[in-house]
Amino acid sequence: MSLFGLLTPQAFIHGPIETGAQIIVIVAVLVTVLAITYLGRWRWLWQQWLTSLDPKRIGIMYILLSFVMFGRGFVDALMMKSQQALAVGAPGYISPDHFAQLFTAHGVIMIFFAAMAFMFGIINLVLPLQLGSKDVAFPLLNSISFWLTATGALLLNLSLVVGQFAATGWLAYPPLSELAYSPGVGVDYYIWALQIAGIGTLLSGINFLTTIATMRGHLRLMQMPMFTWTTLGSMLLVIFAFPILTVTLALLALDRTLGFHFFTTDLGGNAMMYVNLIWAWGHPEVYILVLPAFGIFSEVVATFSQKKLFGYTSMVVATMLIVVLSFMVWVHHFFTMGAGADVNAFFGIMTMAIAIPTGVKVFNWLFTMFRGRIIFATPMLWFIGFLTTFTIGGMTGVLMSIPAADFQLHNSLFLVAHFHNMIIGGVVFGFFAGFTYWFPKFTGIMLNERWGKAAFWAWIVGFLMAFMPLYALGLMGVTRRLDHIDVASGLYTQPWAHWLFDIAAAGAAVIALAVLFQIIQIIVSIWNKHKHHVGENPWRSQGPEWQEPAEPLHERSARGVAIGAVAALFGFGLIWHIWWLAALALIGILLSLITLPKPEYAD
Amino acid sequence: MYLLQSSGIIASQEASLIIQATLLMLIVVVPVFVLLFFFAYYYRAGNHKARYSPNWEHAKMDELIWWAIPLEIILVLGALTWGSTHALDPRKPLPSTVPALQVEVVALPWKWLFLYPSLGVASLNTLEIPANIPVEFHITADAPMNSFWVPQLGGQIYAMTGMDNRLNLMADKPGDYPGYSANYSGAGFAGMHFVVHAVAQKDFEAWVAATASTSPVLDQATYSALRAPSTEQERTYAYRIDLYHAILKQFGH
Ligand code: HEM
Ligand SMILES: [Cu+2]
Repeated sequence: MSLFGLLTPQAFIHGPIETGAQIIVIVAVLVTVLAITYLGRWRWLWQQWLTSLDPKRIGIMYILLSFVMFGRGFVDALMMKSQQALAVGAPGYISPDHFAQLFTAHGVIMIFFAAMAFMFGIINLVLPLQLGSKDVAFPLLNSISFWLTATGALLLNLSLVVGQFAATGWLAYPPLSELAYSPGVGVDYYIWALQIAGIGTLLSGINFLTTIATMRGHLRLMQMPMFTWTTLGSMLLVIFAFPILTVTLALLALDRTLGFHFFTTDLGGNAMMYVNLIWAWGHPEVYILVLPAFGIFSEVVATFSQKKLFGYTSMVVATMLIVVLSFMVWVHHFFTMGAGADVNAFFGIMTMAIAIPTGVKVFNWLFTMFRGRIIFATPMLWFIGFLTTFTIGGMTGVLMSIPAADFQLHNSLFLVAHFHNMIIGGVVFGFFAGFTYWFPKFTGIMLNERWGKAAFWAWIVGFLMAFMPLYALGLMGVTRRLDHIDVASGLYTQPWAHWLFDIAAAGAAVIALAVLFQIIQIIVSIWNKHKHHVGENPWRSQGPEWQEPAEPLHERSARGVAIGAVAALFGFGLIWHIWWLAALALIGILLSLITLPKPEYAD
Repeated sequence: MYLLQSSGIIASQEASLIIQATLLMLIVVVPVFVLLFFFAYYYRAGNHKARYSPNWEHAKMDELIWWAIPLEIILVLGALTWGSTHALDPRKPLPSTVPALQVEVVALPWKWLFLYPSLGVASLNTLEIPANIPVEFHITADAPMNSFWVPQLGGQIYAMTGMDNRLNLMADKPGDYPGYSANYSGAGFAGMHFVVHAVAQKDFEAWVAATASTSPVLDQATYSALRAPSTEQERTYAYRIDLYHAILKQFGH
């Protein structure tokens, strides 16, 4: 056993396309480091940001992390789309294994690091203010959570430079993800990136739940704003679901690293167990993401209809019903595994039951618009875009919850269209709406509305072009995760098929344009900040978070960064079997936990 | 669209289930769209003719109605689900006067092996079946998880090591129907498609006879070579051993 475990110079040598990515990462890091040095900003960065315990600053760091990861995930998506466009009856330019790394990384990044980080960013910024509190319950823990998330993202991207990423799909089903079929370090990167980020998420869940429980002053539960309620629901789900993820990945790690047989094909291992466990986390996870987005939309639709939210009580009841039900439906992700009709029918019906509280929410939003005075500012546009795509996605979701229908639709592009409807139309549009809505609260600047509206329209057109054709292609039998399409498969030769593929590819390009508009929007708004200056409550919103100015907090502690850094070494050691490094890092983490310091104050 | 132009009795029932459920849901979905766009248009800030009730935030009756509407749709869909899940249970033998043809399916790294245990023939990446006669598939894998799917004949089921899954299908007219793996199983996954040839009974018998007499024998050694990852052309075999249960048992559940 060498000093560096499995790590050899070979691990840095990639194929031509992967080398491109490797160089881009290295150059980007170098440029950033040099720029900060040149501007003399290290001290400022360290004191004001990296070590800050102010939830507002932590929130902004989460959002920046999310944007960076969004960029990476989006590049993965564009590479997949271009490969599929070129690889009809031809191999295209990306190897099958690299293609699999792309769709795996895309899913993992978008869920864990783009969407989750965006969510925690907004929660950090808004939740304490909605409670009338300056801070969260455990400020240092909050910083540790952020740094564990950032460490997960770091490890994942490190796989571009040294080694490779998992080529298994975003849930890494065994036996494919076992050593027998995935001998490289890719799955280990996956496991440890998610383990470390997942612990961060669990700690955040505990932190925010405690914050809501103990720091709301005289605010009664049934007076809490909807965003606070849905965050409460989401954090409950985090607390119950993330330990399942941790255990599942730990068992997979034991299989891969120490030769256990939980999920292997031989010696009594059972992969079906993994599939059950991962979805027992995975289904709640989608509601962890969407509940806070629901909360944002409740705030937005009331503000821009210039009315009170309709049906507050039933909104709260619906949210809590969703929380409970979302733990009773996980089997709908594998009706095709061969369970009996009774089991499948039970889980199918439980799944549809979620559509009831969801439908109630939809009607309550609609009747908030009823007899309102609707202002079509960008957040309201995102809301209308959301309701459109989400309703379609909800309908196709309910369709797939009928097991006999799902036998035909499962793992096809129809499924891919469903969840992008839900995650882009629901989660991402929701966070965009919240970002635009609360931006003036924290900066005094309104994001440029003209560019914002252009971005919205490009997004919605691009989205519909990119994903609606996938429903039809799914009905043609096209499965997900195809790195090329053989003409003999019949998938490309059905009437209209090639048009649908082309429209979907063009849609991705339109989304790229929309993202460009968003970047321009942010730059223009900050550049002309005097023109965009509007003060703290430009929407004349009634919510409690708008009533008092958000004061900066000055506590800081380097412990979060330190734990993140040591966790990165721990993960790296385990991924590459550098045992001494992992052991030292583990001791470091334990030491820093038992000697937690009092926070210092920034000068 | 393969799913809707079905040529199998299961696929056509699944297709009509998909259509029926979609229509049922449209009962809620269409009004949602109408209300959304109507409210957005009519209650726009510029329209001063529209009534404005900023404090109208609660109405017991109305809220009861929209708990009730989705509830009822879901009750109907739930009944449909319970019925169709049992009626279209993949294990359920199809009603027929003739016994079902038994076909054993093994997902291998990036190819499909089909065994006809009672006929002593086998094929790789091509599947010959008689039309209008039910086929009972026994499905397993000697590979990462795959999913056996012939959209025009009916829905899919997973192929997993150590598991003996069951799927009953029947082609109701002769024809060529493409089949796929629907679950990602590694680098060769996109190539794991095959064609199901559904032919008249006498043509099927002729195919079996020709295959049995002219094809090479599939023995343990030939099979072992197939276990290695590769993509292969269509091929037929004759065979005598109970390969399927040997494959199943090696994982000893
Ligand atoms: C009315 C509510 C919903 C219903 C009835 C529903 C139903 C379903 C069903 C039955 C599947 C499995 C389909 C299959 O694998 O064949 C599924 C997959 C999925 N859904 Fe939903 N869903 C709903 C809401 C959501 C929401 C709100 C989100 C996300 C925010 C979401 C995200 C996903 C994802 C990510 C997958 C598939 C993941 C994968 O296989 O990789 N769904 N949904
Ligand atoms: Cu689910």
